[in-house]
Amino acid sequence: MNISELNPDRRGFLKCMSWAGSAMVWTVAGGIPRARIIGQAEAGDSGFSFAQVSDSHLGFNKPVNTDVTGTFQQALDHVAGMEDKPAFLIHTGDITHLSAPDAFDTAAQMLGATRLPVYTVPGEHDILEEDRKSYLNRYGKGTRGDGWYSFNAHGMHFIGLVNVVNLQGNGLGDLGHEQLEWLEKDVKGLSASTPIVVFAHVPLWIVYQDWGWGTKDGARALSYLKRFGSVTVLNGHIHQVMQKVEGHVAFHTARSTAFPQGVPGVAKGPGPMPVPPGELKNVLGTAKISLVATASPLAIVDTPLAG
Amino acid sequence: MHTILHRSAMCGVFALSLGMLAVPFVARSEGSTQVRIDNFTFGPGKISVAKGSTVTWTNEDDIPHTVVLTALGVRSKTLDTDKAFTYQFDKAGTFAYICGLHPNMHGQVVVR
Repeated sequence: MNISELNPDRRGFLKCMSWAGSAMVWTVAGGIPRARIIGQAEAGDSGFSFAQVSDSHLGFNKPVNTDVTGTFQQALDHVAGMEDKPAFLIHTGDITHLSAPDAFDTAAQMLGATRLPVYTVPGEHDILEEDRKSYLNRYGKGTRGDGWYSFNAHGMHFIGLVNVVNLQGNGLGDLGHEQLEWLEKDVKGLSASTPIVVFAHVPLWIVYQDWGWGTKDGARALSYLKRFGSVTVLNGHIHQVMQKVEGHVAFHTARSTAFPQGVPGVAKGPGPMPVPPGELKNVLGTAKISLVATASPLAIVDTPLAG
Repeated sequence: MHTILHRSAMCGVFALSLGMLAVPFVARSEGSTQVRIDNFTFGPGKISVAKGSTVTWTNEDDIPHTVVLTALGVRSKTLDTDKAFTYQFDKAGTFAYICGLHPNMHGQVVVR
């Protein structure tokens, strides 16, 4: 898809899906996205980048992908092998499939082997136990509530949100009052020129309500971020790349490293989508996000495991 | 998985035969009803059973689901593929239930 043909204006609405085999760079400047093919991505990068992986679902063993550990490892190898090494790694949830302690152990070993700092938020598959201890014991340190937190890096402010604890009647994610109040305070003292990166498991925007792909009170969270010149929202959960730009806010969902899910309105349901043999690695992958030095935009490169 | 399925099936048979021995009228409508979970849907979505009956939900999806009977305060463990959950309904009434992981999945058990 050639984004330049769409000629989106500043307040324009853009929604696009990137599928098998495509690797795209997204440069988001003042709300206007530019897409380039991977390979042209490196020019203009400031040297600061971070990587996103998502939905590794360790413990999943259905025919769609019987080796989720292998594909997760391949994704991590991609990240570790990047020419300009990312500063850190963000995992946007569903680290495990069934919250099993041994799956969390495997994930911890694999993530640790990258020698990169790792920031996570839980997916609903990571908190299947009532007390959510398997996730919080490993990743809850220094976080608030159900595991939300923020940190600064390279002049940017990163916010990890948890929207999978109190799923709503229509299946949508939920942040809840306490977390939203914290978020409002968290960004209050920041200058409007600070680039903001928000990451959470379920998309903060409503991707597809019928499947619960969205966050009920996501709009309230975004209202606190309106005054910032560059906001990038990174999510997982839906196992495919979707992007949308609204004003200064760029939304992006990452591929899974485990299995793809169907396209809303096309597939019969949101479950794992079988793909022909040999094509699986075209629909799994990682995302790399770079800060471009000139105007505080972020470039996002989605890379499938194959190709 | 087989243990759980087997046990729930046995429960159904046991309840049925016990009912038949004791009060034939009750036995006629008591029993075990199966609900399949497939493609993020409970099927059949609405069932009607007699008081004392058991209902068994079996997950045939590649994704885990749960059964949450909100009004009864009953919540199954997370059911991975092929796992089942059985519950015996001892009270008459209409009981709505959802999947705790995908609360847009709805079902209903009417207990007569």
